[in-house]
Amino acid sequence: MNRGKWYAFLVPTISVLIAFLVGSVIILLIGKNPLTAYVVMFQGAFGGSEQLADTIVKMTPLVLTGLAVGFGFRAGVFNIGAEGQMAMGALVGAIVAMSFGALPPVILIPLSIISGMLAGAFWASIAGFLKAFTGAHEVISTIMLNWIAINVTTFMVAGPLAVGTGTPKSPEVAEAAKLPIIFKVQAIELSIGIVIAVIAAIVMYVLIEKSTMGYELRGVGFNPYASEYGGINIKKNIIMIMAISGSLAGMAGIVDLLGVPPQRFLGELTGGRGFDGITIALIGRNNPIGIIFAALLISALRTGSNAMQIRAQIPNDIVHILQGIVIFLVAAERIVAALIEWKKREKVTA
Amino acid sequence: MAPGTAESEAAPGKDHAIVMKAITKQFPGVLANDHVDFFVKRGEIHALVGENGAGKSTLVNQLYGFHLPDDGKIFINGEEVFFRSPKDAIRKNIGMVHQHFMLVDNQTVTENVILGSEINLPVLKGFLDRKKARNTLVSLSKQYGLVVNPDAFIEDIPVGMQQRVEIIKTLYRGADILIFDEPTAVLTPQETEELFKVMRLLKEGGKTIVFITHKLNEVMAITDRVTVMRLGKVTGRVDTKDTNPRQLANMMVGREVLLRVEKKEHEPGDLLLEVNKLSVHDNRGLQAVKDVSLSVKEGEIVGIAGVAGNGQSELVEAITGLRKVGSGKIRMSGVDITDLSTWEIREIGLNHVPEDRLKRGLITKYPVYFNSILGKHKDEPFSKDGFLMLKNIRDYAKDLVERYDVRPRNINQLGGNLSGGNQQKLIVARELDDKPRPSRCVVVAQPTRGLDIGAIEFIHKTLISMRDQGIGILLVSMELDEIFSLSDRIIVIYEGEIMGEVKPDEITKEEVGLMMAGQRKAEEAVKWSDER
Amino acid sequence: MNWLEAILAILVNPIFYQLTLLAATPLIFASLGGVFSEITGVVNIALEGIMLMAAFNSVVFTYLTGNAWFGVLMAVIIGVGFTWFHAWASIRWAANQIVSAAALIIIAQGVTGFLMIPIFGHPGQTDFIGRVSPVRLEFIREVPFVGRIFGSLSPFVYMAFIAVAVTWILLYRTPLGLRMRAVGENPEAADTLGISVRKIRYFGVLMSGAMASLAGAFLSTGELGRFIEMMTHGRGFIALAAMIIGNWNPVGALGASLLFGASEAMNLQLQSSTIITVSANVKPLFNVIPFIVTLVVVGGFVGKTRPPAASGVPYEKESKN
Repeated sequence: MNRGKWYAFLVPTISVLIAFLVGSVIILLIGKNPLTAYVVMFQGAFGGSEQLADTIVKMTPLVLTGLAVGFGFRAGVFNIGAEGQMAMGALVGAIVAMSFGALPPVILIPLSIISGMLAGAFWASIAGFLKAFTGAHEVISTIMLNWIAINVTTFMVAGPLAVGTGTPKSPEVAEAAKLPIIFKVQAIELSIGIVIAVIAAIVMYVLIEKSTMGYELRGVGFNPYASEYGGINIKKNIIMIMAISGSLAGMAGIVDLLGVPPQRFLGELTGGRGFDGITIALIGRNNPIGIIFAALLISALRTGSNAMQIRAQIPNDIVHILQGIVIFLVAAERIVAALIEWKKREKVTA
Repeated sequence: MAPGTAESEAAPGKDHAIVMKAITKQFPGVLANDHVDFFVKRGEIHALVGENGAGKSTLVNQLYGFHLPDDGKIFINGEEVFFRSPKDAIRKNIGMVHQHFMLVDNQTVTENVILGSEINLPVLKGFLDRKKARNTLVSLSKQYGLVVNPDAFIEDIPVGMQQRVEIIKTLYRGADILIFDEPTAVLTPQETEELFKVMRLLKEGGKTIVFITHKLNEVMAITDRVTVMRLGKVTGRVDTKDTNPRQLANMMVGREVLLRVEKKEHEPGDLLLEVNKLSVHDNRGLQAVKDVSLSVKEGEIVGIAGVAGNGQSELVEAITGLRKVGSGKIRMSGVDITDLSTWEIREIGLNHVPEDRLKRGLITKYPVYFNSILGKHKDEPFSKDGFLMLKNIRDYAKDLVERYDVRPRNINQLGGNLSGGNQQKLIVARELDDKPRPSRCVVVAQPTRGLDIGAIEFIHKTLISMRDQGIGILLVSMELDEIFSLSDRIIVIYEGEIMGEVKPDEITKEEVGLMMAGQRKAEEAVKWSDER
Repeated sequence: MNWLEAILAILVNPIFYQLTLLAATPLIFASLGGVFSEITGVVNIALEGIMLMAAFNSVVFTYLTGNAWFGVLMAVIIGVGFTWFHAWASIRWAANQIVSAAALIIIAQGVTGFLMIPIFGHPGQTDFIGRVSPVRLEFIREVPFVGRIFGSLSPFVYMAFIAVAVTWILLYRTPLGLRMRAVGENPEAADTLGISVRKIRYFGVLMSGAMASLAGAFLSTGELGRFIEMMTHGRGFIALAAMIIGNWNPVGALGASLLFGASEAMNLQLQSSTIITVSANVKPLFNVIPFIVTLVVVGGFVGKTRPPAASGVPYEKESKN
């Protein structure tokens, strides 16, 4: 079968289109006009420079959680715990960023980010360790770690770190830890966070495609038995894969925290963005470049659906439904493939 | 009688149990059956022979309702049938003893026998009548001399008994036509004899038997008639008494074949691999290898003969670092490698052709050029400062496929898309090749399983020539013929223990067969300990 | 020593045992759901999402009809329909079962959140809608200790135990159960005997949907009488852990569910304990107890239990000879 280069992108694209189609039926069911809803959504995401900037700001951590999950997938590990790793990364990174305000930004910013990455890596490698040494499936252990992380961070910002009243929050980080702003559109500040995320994507690409380590971990993902036979240490690789994946999720947390005002740990911070990483990795086909575009798509859906909720009174939970449908179709991509084949055949007979 | 035209009767009639006419079956990329005619008389043992990939399994899978023919007709006892699933075939009293046993490991013998044709309680419909099921099984087992333990779990019983369970399964369903798919592949010569007794008993009881095999001496020993297939077509149809193995082999392969490999005498050199009182446990924690000692010298092939599942896999895995050693020592040129990692063992020059090429030997989703460096990927010139050196890798792969005749020559092909024979050639090439570091000793397990005769010849020749160049080879194989034709020394293993060491030209296959079934050769054991 | 004292005080209090039963009930149902699906060879990590859907639907239909049992019934019917998508993707389309199930979880979150406003007028949680009334056993109420545990209990608790027994009999004493176990262990063997792997797997996955739906309906209509967004709170995954630790056996899953139920009961009781003196801030931290217990037990038990051999592997007839 001759499947061109574009075929890889065809399935996710068609999945997204089908999701929008189903979404419009749902919108119709609650008595709204899907067309106006989607127009409002589009405007909310791309309608002006402010909207666009907002979309890019929101996209930054999504690129990183998408990379986190996608990296795991490439190595045959389902890291469903990006949510918890992101929270732990943000928490630990924030504590460092609050505590060492005397350091200059060139030191404090990398230091905070690295500590956030290490926290995420540590949190994920617990699941990696359990998988490697006891065989505990990472899906269950990372979910448990998510709940633990969420309870721990909630406790920290409501207790030891708490300031002010209302939503539990930590103090702001030191001025020197805040990410430099690239430009400002009205209330939206676009920091260098997006640059960091894109660099992370490039590093991941090189690591996977060009390095000896990438050869090993893709091998482990494809066939652990053959890899073991080829002298690859499976246990070490699984822990390392989880650690790298977790470090990307932790980076998502701390980069978001340092780059978006108010630069503090506020409420539940992660807000499902770790889980969004699953959708993004799947739409982006675990390819770092694909992940950047998928993150843009999901981020646009987020900003757009907020606008839709306010201006068209359609609950923004619709985004979850759309995301779920996309994931479902990518998981069962043969459904979409069969649709494509069927379309082709129809064209031939017509 | 010329092959291909031999037909004992013009038109198959009422005395035929099976008539398959002009059966055609196409799979993506392969015409597996091309207008195949297959006739079996009632009450005979009929051999269906051919190389791997000749289309034998496809043919009987259609007879058993597992696949639907694209074209052609099937008659059972003179009546045309259309099988949509095995259920339909079972209803017409056809039973199949599969090559890879179709048994549920974590269920009992009784449960396996009744599965799909359960007996319900007389009052409480919908509940199993386990007592009645057991009794039926016991009486069948007595009738045909098929000894089984009805309450044992499949995973706990030996292969021979598992096969008997498979036979009872078909009889329980009332089978009159029994298909045996390569049934002797997993048996010792003695167990094979036992099986043949059962088959004769079944024949006396009026059953019709289709016997699929590629072992021609077995065809001569037990069958009445033979149908030969090659490349999806029937190439011969003869009465067994009118033919001989050489003629059958020619019909199978389509050319003259050498039934034995040429091998020159060769004086072994220094000691390479030395295994001393090795004990290893299997996945379930049972001792699979007991106190095994053996050695391999430069330029010799040491064969390990034994029935599958007697600790060979665990022994190989322990030597190559894939399994933890319970106790004992393994040395390579005097260096202790007992607790080294697989990578470190490879670096010392001990390589491995694994028994399961798809599970262990290849990463099927990697292209050929990536597969050609598996296990060498961290070495220069393939890797430098943590980065892959793609050009060097590709050059090496091109050279390797050229020298070892891996087809097609396209190194971008995915490993999984190569044919079995070419996959095996690639693995053998990689493991025996002495770049980038010398390969000095290779553990070779089941090197020709499932390959066609051409590929087998190539691999045998390669192994012999490597031995002549001074590489030491530890050969593990279930094929006794292979062990006999390649080995300089033969070690027989049974239930994880060494039964003795013999020279292939000083012993018969039957004697080795007895050792494979657990008979120790006293004088051999003595000789072995003297040598040390 | 007041920690030990507090735990001891909890252990001699019948309320702890009642809470254990109540906390275990959804886990029992859901872990049976996991067993049903995986024993036939399909991994179903969507339990969490199916539970959430059922928790929501049972409240919706209780709200619409005023009858809590009708709400439960509808929750099960819709839950089975929802689960069908996972079955279809896994069995018909050989999908990645973990990913397709993850999709169902996200869809469930989306649908339940999305419909809150159109149906109940506000997000977050519903008002008290109504619940299945508890079974009062007057003759037991007077018995000391035991009476405080069993005197007044949700019928779901009893149903859960009955479901364990029925599932066990089905799996180990009927032809259907024999076939289910065979299909999950060696589908090819079952296929060669004329058993439809497809039908058996659909049955297993859809039964798993029914069980998970009962688990979800219990959380809302069986216990609280209202729906709260994301109220399943990871229980679907804890139930999967219970299934693993219980060695894919209904009775084992029951035992593990009780253990996890007890850890949740301990968490609740420690939070309301008056013996230990910690600040109100710290008490929510006890919420991690069930998750840590699950993590530790799963880490310790896996490898000692044995999953069905074909679990998670799509079954397709080989296409070559």
